[in-house]
Amino acid sequence: MTSTSTRRRHVLDLDDFSQAEITEVIETTASMKEVLGRSIKQVPALRSKTVVNMFFEESTRTRISFELAAKALSANVVTMSAKGSSVEKGESLLDTMRTLQALGADLIVMRHGEAGAPYYLAEHFNGSVINAGDGRHAHPTQALLDLFTIHERLGQIEGLKVVIVGDILHSRVARSNIWGLTIMGAQVTLCAPPTLLGPPGFWLATWPSLIITSDLAAALAGADVVMTLRLQNERQQAGLLPSLREYSRLFGISAARMALAAPHAIVMHPGPINEGVEIMPDVASSAQSVITDQVTNGVAVRMALLYRLAGG
Amino acid sequence: MTEKQILSADDIRRAVARICHEIAERNGGVRNLVLVGIRRRGVPLAQRIAATLLDFEGIMVPVGLLDITLYRDDLAMRGPAPVVHSTSIPVDITGRVVVLVDDVLYTGRTVRAALDALNDFGRPERIQLAVLIDRGHRELPIRADFVGKNVPTAREERIETKLNEVDQTEDGVFIVR
Repeated sequence: MTSTSTRRRHVLDLDDFSQAEITEVIETTASMKEVLGRSIKQVPALRSKTVVNMFFEESTRTRISFELAAKALSANVVTMSAKGSSVEKGESLLDTMRTLQALGADLIVMRHGEAGAPYYLAEHFNGSVINAGDGRHAHPTQALLDLFTIHERLGQIEGLKVVIVGDILHSRVARSNIWGLTIMGAQVTLCAPPTLLGPPGFWLATWPSLIITSDLAAALAGADVVMTLRLQNERQQAGLLPSLREYSRLFGISAARMALAAPHAIVMHPGPINEGVEIMPDVASSAQSVITDQVTNGVAVRMALLYRLAGG
Repeated sequence: MTEKQILSADDIRRAVARICHEIAERNGGVRNLVLVGIRRRGVPLAQRIAATLLDFEGIMVPVGLLDITLYRDDLAMRGPAPVVHSTSIPVDITGRVVVLVDDVLYTGRTVRAALDALNDFGRPERIQLAVLIDRGHRELPIRADFVGKNVPTAREERIETKLNEVDQTEDGVFIVR
């Protein structure tokens, strides 16, 4: 059976995904997860394809997860980081890409500190590009693995009440998740202190259905999904927060706060976690936490995307 | 486009019953068997074979389902990537006799992919192949052990199998040209 949508060349953000395509990715991810549960966790689907991971920003889970995904599909996979490459000698992004192209890369997975860098690459590269996080802009594979995890745990996405809590203004994870969740028909609430939220009109201009608030208790009431975000230390240094302790007291997800959400609610975090700041350790390791599922599912989601772009 | 029916619902039922007798006879019973249906229409056929074997032999043979998309070698590079459906093999196949089940045997490439896939799940004592229709035109050295009906076809023709569980219509096999 072929998919309902046309063949996609790049995954740069979720803004150009339809509900049908996300549903197909979720279905394929479930099949990939079955492959990862076998004793031989490898299929020949991308044999002879070359995947290059280009990481210009530090990453543990995303980078390793893409490597494992490419290997599970039998692709040749090479990982390069800016450190130790000719980028340090001043080689431009375009030259680096041309080198990789000449070396036979079929697909580039790119993380970059500058928003838009993967788009620039996609314009010039002959093969496919997957955005593994660009600045504060987008992190589509994280959002898709979050959507898969929600669907896996709760059986649906449409109609769910999802609260995203934390440093939303600086978060590419939040932005891609807002796209994905709204496309799938969830009711999304953004909750943060005003300094980490920005003006509501900024969000409502693109996503008029969002609920935007700084009242955490009201936001959590009856929520099906609580999505926490990493709070970066530099936010406090930039004067956006009086102190981490105050942030934690007002916006950290504790067991008492989780009790405001629906009894079946799940709590998520894209990692790495600042335990005791945005989420309390007992919540992060509770039965409601799906944080380790998110990491596991990340490999299967990336397999589904690599296959979708380079397979068949 | 013309469509000619070559098997009716009753014909299919009888063919499945005969295949079941042959499977039991060839293997001296069904105790060590696992049925594995190739998606999509091999799956309901494998389930029907299991149900019929339960009638005949009083033993419930486990049924697995196999999606071979990730093992295929004949997908066009153009056009949308196929959706990968789930695979589920409920028992360890190592040391058992696996009967692969599909609706139509044609080039043999699907079966080749299925053999590769099965290999990743274990090392069966033996693999046998059961198909409802063998239409010829093999491109690989593969043959079926149990055949519902041999149907000589031209390459331009198409075999269309309708199975109630998948197609929500009455069972039937048709040649379309």
